[in-house]
Amino acid sequence: MSLIVFTLARFSGNPLDVMLPLEATAEDYERVAKHWGLDQPLYVQYGIFIGRALQGDFGMSWKWPGRTAMGLVAERLPATLQLAGFALLISALIALPVGVLSAVKKGTGWDAAAKVIALMGQSLPGFWLGIVLMWIFAVHLGWFPTSGRGGLQYMILPAITLGWFQVAAMMRLVRSSMLEVLDSEFVKLARIKGLAEWKVVWKHCLRNASIAPLTFFAIIAGVLMTGSVVTESVFSWPGTGLLVIDAVRARDFQVVQAVVIVFAGIFIMTNLLVDILYAYLDPRIRLR
Amino acid sequence: MGTITVPGLPWYSPPRVAHALKQARRYPLIPIFILTFFLVIPAVFAPQVAPYDPLKGSLSKRLKAPAWQEGGSIAYPLGTDKMGRDILSRMIYGARVSLAVSLVAIVVGGLIGTTLGLMSGYFGGRVDALLMRLVDISLSLPTILLALVLVAAVGPSFWTVITVLVVLLWARYARLVRGETLSIKERDFIARARVAGASHTRIMTRYLLPNVVNSLIVLATLQVGYVILLESALSFLGAGLPRPTPAWGLMVADGRELIVTAWWVSMFPGLAIMLTVLALNLLGDWLRDHLDPKLRNV
Repeated sequence: MSLIVFTLARFSGNPLDVMLPLEATAEDYERVAKHWGLDQPLYVQYGIFIGRALQGDFGMSWKWPGRTAMGLVAERLPATLQLAGFALLISALIALPVGVLSAVKKGTGWDAAAKVIALMGQSLPGFWLGIVLMWIFAVHLGWFPTSGRGGLQYMILPAITLGWFQVAAMMRLVRSSMLEVLDSEFVKLARIKGLAEWKVVWKHCLRNASIAPLTFFAIIAGVLMTGSVVTESVFSWPGTGLLVIDAVRARDFQVVQAVVIVFAGIFIMTNLLVDILYAYLDPRIRLR
Repeated sequence: MGTITVPGLPWYSPPRVAHALKQARRYPLIPIFILTFFLVIPAVFAPQVAPYDPLKGSLSKRLKAPAWQEGGSIAYPLGTDKMGRDILSRMIYGARVSLAVSLVAIVVGGLIGTTLGLMSGYFGGRVDALLMRLVDISLSLPTILLALVLVAAVGPSFWTVITVLVVLLWARYARLVRGETLSIKERDFIARARVAGASHTRIMTRYLLPNVVNSLIVLATLQVGYVILLESALSFLGAGLPRPTPAWGLMVADGRELIVTAWWVSMFPGLAIMLTVLALNLLGDWLRDHLDPKLRNV
């Protein structure tokens, strides 16, 4: 991962051309190159890069002078995490009940409606959905502000935009694993015991059926991170997604590197977290 | 085609119409209809169908509302953008762009992926191990970030977008073909071909490939929609096709800051993306169910 980022950053042509004004002399070039360590051979540069990156030091930003790349990311990350968390919450709140319902009432209108929602979720371009939501709820109805960050009302539209795509996939997953569980022996036993149907469905089944969707949570974490790039640029949400776009446009690769590595880190952490949660939810895994 | 001809009855008689309808029901007509009229015909006949030049506009006609709204005229049925260009014409040319990008990307990605997948599955060993690591890496890359960095590095152009898409697409094909090859190569007819003296190349192209073609077609169809979405997202972020190409994603981006004054600028291209992707997904699902039920989880 780090190698790819580093190579791409260097492929893009001499960073000095971007940094220096047109009238810069050869002397200026040399001085600045020395300052940034760009006069060293590439493998030395990579070695230094890795060494510093391990300490969380990605160097200074070029676009925002006087700021470290990591500092910028750290400053913007809470906004992205907040948005992603809220989006996840919204999509789970929609996907779980609808998925369970469509499994329990398989083959009825509920099921068909859920299918339509799932299909729409996979076909709607996220950036366009954001604009449409903005048009309807912010411009026409005036319920929410169009962009920026503030209280809860600022977060609702971006979160729906970001979470929409996940709803579809999550719902399908919940539905199929619920169907499997509903068919199993222990559910029949629970029913024979005379348990209330809602308890059978929402407690016994859902807990067992939530394993597969959980794996998906780890993937979602990655999708949400990259999705935040699109959503944040639609709603001008001041998070890392917006940061990375601005940085890419300005060829500020220190910042791009920092963002990519941090995203990768988050991705790995969620995977670990999910593995731990597994053991909690499914005792069979603990025994193995 | 198994059409039953009922003697003595004209084609419009109720029994024959009912029969024809029943036959037609078996095919995904709505997706095919949407795709032909919203994607294929506009894309192929863009110069003939489009009323205006997609790149030329006149500033005196800027931001005209669609025909049915106040201030709109039938001359510009879907209105004009802020450069006075006809939205409908740009959308028609946009279909051409979307179709070209997705087809080229999928064909190139599919060819690379299939070749590598065949070799990986057939030869096994070190080639296989190396290629599958590459596949894992490629599948775990953060899509949009990678594309942004790549486009920023070499600058936006048609071929940059194709490169980004191919890098993202080939791995799926490689994994699919490898998996199928692994099971097919154990079958008797492959062993017999070897005994008969067929070369490795011949076995791969003449005996293995025809057996994976079904799955390949299904995967490719399912991916056209995905690629159109991805391309439009990239264009929207400014990391896809360069302006002033009439790409749907770019058109939506153009309308973003006009949302208060001119909703139609981004609304119609977005609808076009949604409809085509929806139709492609439906068609892909249908193909999968009929050609290759194994692929359910891809």
